[in-house]
Formats: sequence, structure tokens, C-alpha cells
Amino acid sequence: MKLTLKVWRQKDANSAGKMETYPADNISPDMSFLEMLDVVNESLIHKNIEPIHFDHDCREGICGMCSLYINGQPHGPKRAITTCQLHMRSFKDGDTITIEPWRAAAFPVIKDLAVDRSAFDRIQQAGGYISVNTGAAQDANNILIPKVIADEAFNSATCIGCGACVAACKNASAMLFVSAKITQLGLLPQGQPERYRRAQSMVAQMDEEGFGNCTNTGACEAECPKEISLTNISRMNNDFLSAKLFREEEIAHSGE
Amino acid sequence: MSQFKQTFNSSIGKKLIMALTGLFLCTFLIVHLAGNLQLFQNDEGYAFNVYANFLTHFPPIEVIAYILYAFIVIHALYALILTINNRKARPVQYAHQPKSPTSWGSKNMGLLGSILLLFIVIHMSDFWYKYKYTDTVGFKEYRTNVLSNERTVTDFVPESKEFEHSYTTENDVEVVRVKDLHKKVSESFSQWWYVLIYVIAQGALSFHLLHGFQSAFRTLGWTHRKYTPIVEQIGIWLFAVIIPLGFAAMPVVYFFMGK
Repeated sequence: MKLTLKVWRQKDANSAGKMETYPADNISPDMSFLEMLDVVNESLIHKNIEPIHFDHDCREGICGMCSLYINGQPHGPKRAITTCQLHMRSFKDGDTITIEPWRAAAFPVIKDLAVDRSAFDRIQQAGGYISVNTGAAQDANNILIPKVIADEAFNSATCIGCGACVAACKNASAMLFVSAKITQLGLLPQGQPERYRRAQSMVAQMDEEGFGNCTNTGACEAECPKEISLTNISRMNNDFLSAKLFREEEIAHSGE
Repeated sequence: MSQFKQTFNSSIGKKLIMALTGLFLCTFLIVHLAGNLQLFQNDEGYAFNVYANFLTHFPPIEVIAYILYAFIVIHALYALILTINNRKARPVQYAHQPKSPTSWGSKNMGLLGSILLLFIVIHMSDFWYKYKYTDTVGFKEYRTNVLSNERTVTDFVPESKEFEHSYTTENDVEVVRVKDLHKKVSESFSQWWYVLIYVIAQGALSFHLLHGFQSAFRTLGWTHRKYTPIVEQIGIWLFAVIIPLGFAAMPVVYFFMGK
């Protein structure tokens, strides 16, 4: 296959970037998208051009490291896959492919196509955990969980934190990610002690990081490689609003 | 108090305000449409004019009306604040046109809302303002024989400028003198460009509510396997089809029937 790539090139976080055009020759339709970039980088190195910098790690769709906004869609045109699972047979010979980094104020570009997603880590640290006793694990059947609840929690837990939801959202909102983390723990009995505190602190951190506000367009759900559903956002809103408006945070004594 | 401030300054808190004001405006539309269906009564505006008089002279309705105006302003203001925030959240736009599958309405709520706000300004300055604060709307006198139900209609010119409305009876004849908003409506709706403004605004309303109604429920966190499909159907059929069609029918019928 012969393709033309339009790629965002940016030296570092402080430099201005621009789109550059590169030819991609001798591409096999069986290559993954990242292997295609490896081939292009190889040719760039031979021409003494700085290779295109992009994030990648496991290359089997579970680590959440790869990103890339391909032809107007995060992780490319196919549903429910990451960029590393996208194959060149999804494109036609002679196609022009536009490759951009995730665009969000909270995801500053580090170099070329790689962005800094540590905002997600900070949101996770703000409340995405549960308290457990140390020592020997208790009997697994001590805590009974209905199958449907366990399934739903596991669906939310499949989020790999790649940031495609933010990239797809017209408001650069992180609510699908944050809501998946809140729901995953909030549905299970082990997550109950911190449930309402968690919803508040994770949302507060999300706002602090400068993500946009959800308008329920559903772009995130459509682009999520793990098919996290929009229902998670409603669950987060429910927990958050319930915590803020109806629950007592501290035991208040009258007259104090 | 600072806790409330924190709540309503958060992203979800601001969205809560959008959702609650939006849903209130939705319920208003039902009442507004139901009341204005009286324009279709063939009674030379009797029912409509009496209704308009009731709305402007019954204190509880006046209170709700001012809450309504406040909610329109709050809804628009928060939309502006949220939109500015959202623009800030993506300082560099994508070079390639985003292709994620989303509905047209959901991507253009701001544009649709701006059309609606402009429409509300035109609509209220033409009817509400002129009715309440100017002398440009004349009066009608309806004499109805309560036994035979025969009604005669005449124009009425009050002696005093202070006159607002009167209900009196002469034997079996009920005499009602009210401002003739019906005439103002039919005058406005006889201009083609005015009808066009109304039809465009109702188109915008349809797309705005097609997304907005169900979106408000999602924002409030009210999604449920059993009820969400019902909410979605109400959003589509009642708020995006029946209500805009009902409102659009008024200027269109008046224009073509030449009432």
C-alpha cells in the first residue's frame, strides 16, 4: 500500500507545532497502525529526519498507552479497538491519513503525538481506591454480590484510561473516564465506605485539571475502545449530587 | 454556604442548574401550548383574550412568570459560562473534522439556544411588552347572552387610559371588556416573514429539545433501564414533534386562513 500521512510535529511542550506530510510506502495491509508508523519512522531515520514520537506499550489493546486521533476519530475508524489493534486493511491504497495528538488543555503535548495524561493519574489518586485490611485475604464468599452488579462493575472496570473519551468529546470532558472509575468501585460492597467522598474528590480533581463539561453528546461512548457506556456518567452524577445535596458529611451536633 | 457555592461551581453543579432550568422551561411549554390552542377557537378571540387577561392579572401566575423569565436568563447565562469553559478545555482545535458519531442537535445546542433566545426577545417584545406596557393593543367588548349563548363583538374604546378590563352583567347579558391581543396576533401572523421567524424558531426548538430533554435526565443522574426509554420517547414525540408542530401551526394557520 502507498499512503500519505499528515502528522502533527511538535518539538516539545513549549514549541509551536505544525502538520507535516510524509509518504508511507511499502505498507502491508496486515500491519497494525503502529507498525506502519514504525516503518515510516525507519524511512525518516534514513533521511536524517527526527522520527515521529508516539505513545505505545503492550500493543495488544489492554495497557491504554497508545492514543492518536486518526482522520477525526480517536483510535481510528473502527469501533471498540485501540490504535494498536487497528490494521492497515481498514484503509485504502492511496489514502491520506491525518494523525493528531489528543487535544485538551489538560493533556498537554509532550512531543509530536504523545500527550501528558498524568491528569488521569491525579484524578485516580484523589479517590479511586478502597480501604482494605492488611493480612490474610478473607474468604471470597464472605461478601455476596449479585451477578448482574458484579458484571456491571466489571464493565466499568474495563476502562484502560487511554483518554479517547476526552479526545472525542467536543468539550474535552473527562466525565466518561471519571464516571467509569467511580461506578466500578461504587457498585461493589467493598467500595461503599468511601463511595460519596470518592465521587466528590474525584470530580473536584477533574474540574481542577481543566477538563470541559459533559453535554451528553455520546461521542465518548461511541469512541471508547472498551465500550464504556454513558450510563456511567449518570451514575456519577447521581452519586455526586446525592453526596453534595442530601448526605451529611460530618456528624453535626446542634448548638455547636 | 461555602459548601453550596462549591457544589454549584463544580462542573456537575453547573450542569444541574442547566438541567433543572431546562426542565422547568419544558413544562412551561406544555402549559403555553395548551393555553394558546384557544387561538384555534372560532369565537373572534373571546377565549384567547380572556385567557390573556387572566394570565396578566392573576398574582400567582405573575410570580411564576417572573420565575420563568429568571430561569430563561439563568439557562442562557450558564450555557454561556459552560461553553466558554469548554472552549478553554480545548485550546487547539483538530485539523481534521471530528467524525465521532453524534446527533446534529447535541453538537449545536448553543446555536439552537441562541436562535431560541433571539426568538424569545422578538416574541416577547411584540406581544408581552406591547400588551402590558403600551397602548398599542386595542380593546374588545363581548356581549354574551348567557341563556341563548348568542354573542356580539364590538371594538371598545375606554374613556380612561387606566382602564384594564371589566366583567359586568346587564340582565342576562354578560359584558366582558378586555384587551384584544387576538387582533394583534392575527396582524402579526399575516406577515410572511413573521411566520417564517416562528417556523424557524420552532424547528430550532425541536432539535434543542430532541437532545435537551433526555440529556437533562442524564445530568440529574436519572437513568434507569425501565424509565430511560420512556423519557427518550417523551423527549422525541412530545417535546420534539407535538409541541413544536403545535406552536408552528398557529402562525401558519393564521397566515393561510387569513383570520
